[in-house]
Amino acid sequence: MYFGKGHGGCYGCPLPIVVRNVLEVLEGKCFAVNSTGCLEIISSQYGKSAWGVPYIHSLFENAPSVATGIANALEVLGREDEGHVVVFAGDGATADIGVGNLSAMLHRNDNVLYICLDNEVYQNTGSQQSSTTPPGAYTTTTPAGRKLPGKIGRKKDMVAFALAHGAPYVATASVAFPRDLRRKAKRAVEFRGAKYIHVHCPCPTGWHFDPSKTIHVARLAYETALFPLVEFEFGKLVRVRKIKKRKPVEEYLKVQGRFRHLFKHPEGQKMIERLQQIADENAKRFGLDV
Amino acid sequence: MRKVVRGFYSVAYAVKLCKPNIICAYPITPQTEIVENLAEMYANGELENCKYITAESEFDAASILVGASATGARTFTATCSQGLILMSEVLFNAAGMRLPIVMVNTNRALSAPLSIWNDLQDSMALRDAGIIQIYVEDNQEAHEMIPQAYKIAESVMFPTMVCMDGFKLTHAYEPIDLLDQELVDSFLPPYDPPIKLSVENPLTFGSYAPPHCYMEFRYRMHKDMVNAKKTIEKVFKEWAEIRRDWGGLIEYKEGKTVLVAMGSLIGTIKEVAEENGWGYLKIRTYRPFPAEEVREALKDCENVIVFDRAVSFGYEGILTIDIRNALYGESPDVYSFIVGLGGRDVPKTLIEKCVSKVINREIKPGYSFEGLKEFEEVLY
Repeated sequence: MYFGKGHGGCYGCPLPIVVRNVLEVLEGKCFAVNSTGCLEIISSQYGKSAWGVPYIHSLFENAPSVATGIANALEVLGREDEGHVVVFAGDGATADIGVGNLSAMLHRNDNVLYICLDNEVYQNTGSQQSSTTPPGAYTTTTPAGRKLPGKIGRKKDMVAFALAHGAPYVATASVAFPRDLRRKAKRAVEFRGAKYIHVHCPCPTGWHFDPSKTIHVARLAYETALFPLVEFEFGKLVRVRKIKKRKPVEEYLKVQGRFRHLFKHPEGQKMIERLQQIADENAKRFGLDV
Repeated sequence: MRKVVRGFYSVAYAVKLCKPNIICAYPITPQTEIVENLAEMYANGELENCKYITAESEFDAASILVGASATGARTFTATCSQGLILMSEVLFNAAGMRLPIVMVNTNRALSAPLSIWNDLQDSMALRDAGIIQIYVEDNQEAHEMIPQAYKIAESVMFPTMVCMDGFKLTHAYEPIDLLDQELVDSFLPPYDPPIKLSVENPLTFGSYAPPHCYMEFRYRMHKDMVNAKKTIEKVFKEWAEIRRDWGGLIEYKEGKTVLVAMGSLIGTIKEVAEENGWGYLKIRTYRPFPAEEVREALKDCENVIVFDRAVSFGYEGILTIDIRNALYGESPDVYSFIVGLGGRDVPKTLIEKCVSKVINREIKPGYSFEGLKEFEEVLY
């Protein structure tokens, strides 16, 4: 077993699903690099490691750099065939505190597969806003109050960020589609250089939905086009997962406690409209509608 | 081979002879030329089985070395001042993970106000990181310390930092007896750690430790750091046999009055001490701190005079704190002078002035800043 024995994730946590699928499809030939965060804390307690592959956790913000070090060391030591270097990092580590290090790794085009596990919130510290938190979401640092309807700003576009660096393979994936995720991880490692996969990981604890609904919520994010599934090779869009009958964003919002206030807040309707606009733009930009 | 080279080159050339696998750094004055020299060697294909990686910051550079070192690569970086402080989060982590990264710190003052010039405030700020700190007096010692630093680091599994004074040493041209490859090869075996990241034997590095086991990790780290003194002495002795005897954890010449310092300042002090019949004590290994050696050397002398180039604001000179602590319960009076901050010159006359104040009992044991100008002068 490459991952899972004795991990301490919450009920319904999507992170072990993603990690297990990636490690399995790479047949455990993998050096896992993990940033500080939920995944690290549920899997790496001394004496109780859940990892069946070589694993290293250094700090919150330096996983891409540590991966660079491993990839280059393997090359110099003639051990490249041993396995792929794979980063598992949360959205805060990726888009906020470690974004400079990620930029450097992508720029150097080091032979690393970087997987961002996006639960749109700092969940390890208890639901604080990250730059991938979508607008309108309630977090403990962007609470809905009498005046403000949750987060005001945008969700940072990390796919565009990776593409801007010229990364040879960039894709999004969702915990709702493990077979798609497996195919993408396998495809990614066929490229030499820096690969980036952004995986949508709904968090029952932080988003306030029933732990049995993780896959359902993830699927709704895709079906509303709020989280489009796309794939780029050498900067060119090569594949999207089309949506048969796109659903209105309300269907995604109403199943989550973090958006509950939008349906009664004076500013809520405006925010819902803004989210619908984002979904419409996604659908248009990537040609998602059948 | 004797050659007139700058301090930078004396370090870079020695690093090359140690056959590192990964070199990674970020430019900062007065360090940059060390890694520029190495980049040139790399570009010319003179570094075998080696990758030179450019980083986006010192933080990035140190993190890259964490990954490389954990994979079993021999690593090198150099930095100073703001760069060292930016690295500090990684360096505390690397020490806890027991990664034998070797680095050179070209000592420089810390901002604000911004100063690119020399004092020891930067490396002293990392005193408690769990990094071995060795201070060198001149460029020949810096050159010869590099292979010794690798041997020490890889024996005791701690990051090891060789500290050399920025500008005063780095930029100085000196005739250096360069080491040859054969000698370094015979002294320094290839790096092959028993524990490393490998698919065959998948281990977890950097796990977290709850209260029931964290303290044991830190105790072990401390114990190993204290025990590292024996290994360091052994390595120094081994070096003395094949090359030159630079002394042990300290270098000491006895006297009724003994002047204590680290780094290049001890060069000036040695000269003044010789002319006046005083003793001197050079701290070579600052962490682990040679407390017993210091006590043994200084316990019977009359005046201990410490020249500090780093301040613990709100207390006193940092080296003085260590020296006085080592002498607790012994009789000598400890006098402390804070000098040379931010590149302020420390001429022989200043040292003589300080010592004569002590000998003539013009001052009581304690500390003072010396070589200050009147503030009006600074303003104009």
